[in-house]
Amino acid sequence: MPAVKQTVDQVESLERYQHGFVTTIDQEFAPKGLSADIVRFISAKKQEPEWMLEWRLAAYERWLAMDEPDWAKVSFPKIDYQDSYYYAAPKEKIGPMSLDEVDPEILATYAKLGIPLREQEVLAGVQGAPKYAVDAVFDSVSVVTTFKKELAAVGVIFCSFSEAVREHPELVKKYLGTVVPASDNYFACLNSAVFSDGSFVYVPPGVRCPMELSTYFRINAAESGQFERTLIIADAGAYVSYLEGCTAPMRDENQLHAAVVELVTLDDAEIKYSTVQNWYPGDPETGKGGIYNFVTKRADCRGDRSKVSWTQVETGSAITWKYPSCVLRGKDSVGEFYSIAITNGRQQADTGTKMIHLGEGTRSRIISKGISAGRSSNTYRGLVSAHPKAKGARNFTQCDSLLIGKTCAAHTVPYIEARNGQTVVEHEATTTRLSDDQLFYVMQRGLSQEEAVQLLVNGFVKDVLQELPMEFAVEAQKLVAISLEGSVG
Amino acid sequence: MMLSITNLHARVEAAEILKGLSLELPAGEVHAIMGPNGAGKSTLSYVLTGRQGYEVTEGTATLDGEDLLALEAHERAARGVFLSFQYPLEIPGVPAMTFLRTALNAQHKARGEPEVSATDFLKRAREVAKQLKMDFDMLKRPLNVGFSGGEKKRMEIFQMAMLSPRLLILDETDSGLDIDALKIVADGVNALRSPDRAMLVITHYQRLLDYIRPDRVHVLAAGRIAASGGPELALELERDGYDKYARAA
Repeated sequence: MPAVKQTVDQVESLERYQHGFVTTIDQEFAPKGLSADIVRFISAKKQEPEWMLEWRLAAYERWLAMDEPDWAKVSFPKIDYQDSYYYAAPKEKIGPMSLDEVDPEILATYAKLGIPLREQEVLAGVQGAPKYAVDAVFDSVSVVTTFKKELAAVGVIFCSFSEAVREHPELVKKYLGTVVPASDNYFACLNSAVFSDGSFVYVPPGVRCPMELSTYFRINAAESGQFERTLIIADAGAYVSYLEGCTAPMRDENQLHAAVVELVTLDDAEIKYSTVQNWYPGDPETGKGGIYNFVTKRADCRGDRSKVSWTQVETGSAITWKYPSCVLRGKDSVGEFYSIAITNGRQQADTGTKMIHLGEGTRSRIISKGISAGRSSNTYRGLVSAHPKAKGARNFTQCDSLLIGKTCAAHTVPYIEARNGQTVVEHEATTTRLSDDQLFYVMQRGLSQEEAVQLLVNGFVKDVLQELPMEFAVEAQKLVAISLEGSVG
Repeated sequence: MMLSITNLHARVEAAEILKGLSLELPAGEVHAIMGPNGAGKSTLSYVLTGRQGYEVTEGTATLDGEDLLALEAHERAARGVFLSFQYPLEIPGVPAMTFLRTALNAQHKARGEPEVSATDFLKRAREVAKQLKMDFDMLKRPLNVGFSGGEKKRMEIFQMAMLSPRLLILDETDSGLDIDALKIVADGVNALRSPDRAMLVITHYQRLLDYIRPDRVHVLAAGRIAASGGPELALELERDGYDKYARAA
């Protein structure tokens, strides 16, 4: 490679993570470390009712007795849970704010990230462009939620989790922890004790949510973790499409992000949940820093004929450990999982899904595209399980891995359990290396090496990209390109 | 001189394949490169188009006086160098039309020319597809995926026509083609002949040259041009084989 090109590549790779800036604002923290008192502190900060505090404390007690899981194909030094802040918030008043009350520095941060927080900005966009509402979570608190009035007019509740606990306790009590129990696993249990903020959505029976809902998570504070909690309920016959995005500053230390997402669909309801995850991945050479993304996401398709579709584009994080899953309880309910997971540099990903077929005639579909480059490791881990009552259950799994370069690794670990004789499970898997022949062929037609890689990779992930809401598909395509910059040559 | 090659030496890993090859190809002419297997025919096409792993150790190659060897593969493409591959690659998930428009616009950008509008591109694609007797729907499918050998070759010529290059290198374009397909492909190539284009037709057999008539024929043996002559040289090779040249080398 000519020296000039090499220099250009190096400079580019330094600038590769484009969301790595820090916002300087007045923040308040809970004292470092984790204890029952810290749990009480967080609950008090959020002005929570007693039942919520008790739920947290019970989770904390359970967590103390649990061990960190070690079955995933990832490795990292032991986490010191006492060496982190569990609550960091901009110094603002508690509760929902109007935009005028939000620190201008925070507004500037979201502007820089391209997230529209002013409703008129969204409206002022291209004529006919789809509207979407945003809940902006900054470290431990939700700073603003847009379009609430318009959504309330059709009965849709979209607010921060803290607000839901205060304003809609009956709904939170009814559903919280029913999909992911507090003691489900180590990280979910930790989250249950110290969760700070996240989004809450309730779509009433028969309502089709009139716009895309989205939450934008930003970790800003140093030495802090983010523990958000999201709960989405689609009542009978309701439909909602929801998207989450996330970024963090570039820091040398690892930061823990342990989130829990619970989805519930009742009869004939549908939730489409999309994630574009772009946490700071750490330094590509040394592997220093980056987010530990240890997340539990699960959907309970409680109602007959209900449907949940997970779509994820995972490009960031030093380590990703997440398995968005569907419990297909309702008769003829449907679960889908579409995933693009990209690892480069020193990143490690162990991600996949679980499709638990409990009801008769339940169907699931898994399309996973893993891309590994640099010195990264990328594992697909999936479970398809059909229980004795799930007669006529069907699953189709397509699991493709693409390797770029010679120092990365890809693994596929599928588990299949069929406990009745009337289940059909199909599993297809491929592993290919991005070939020099293909690259040269594309370059001979006029594309530079980077452009050639982008074209080939976009072809590889196309089946999943087209599952994303349109405006985010374009965004995701760009992100895929940025994540793989400098991966060849 | 459009393409001028002087004393070219090139190696792949440890093996020296081209050993002092010289060739002059003026604009407006079609030259055939014939030779036995292993003579270095494909290596020549890769060296001229800038494939990584093909190391030039000595000699020069210029396009209109510009040093070709200093340019990367995509830069040569933008200068108008096109290689019709012996074994075209499959590009899953990328429709042929998308691929070609991306490539064409990348070349335009590199030359500082405006992008081609979608309408103009589509119009031209329909014309060329018709000329090559290609089913237009084929262009909506992922490039070359599941195509037959003949379809892939036709797709190469389609791309060549759409990108309108100046130096056209055809590497064993006749392999895998039946006689009808060969005629269609040859017609497509002949339609691209023009005073400001030059073609290098690399082939093992004389058959293709019945349809694409060369101005000159060169025999490539053991990494260098062993003999040059008019079209009659191809007929002589067809009759006598390459033995004479292989021995001389």
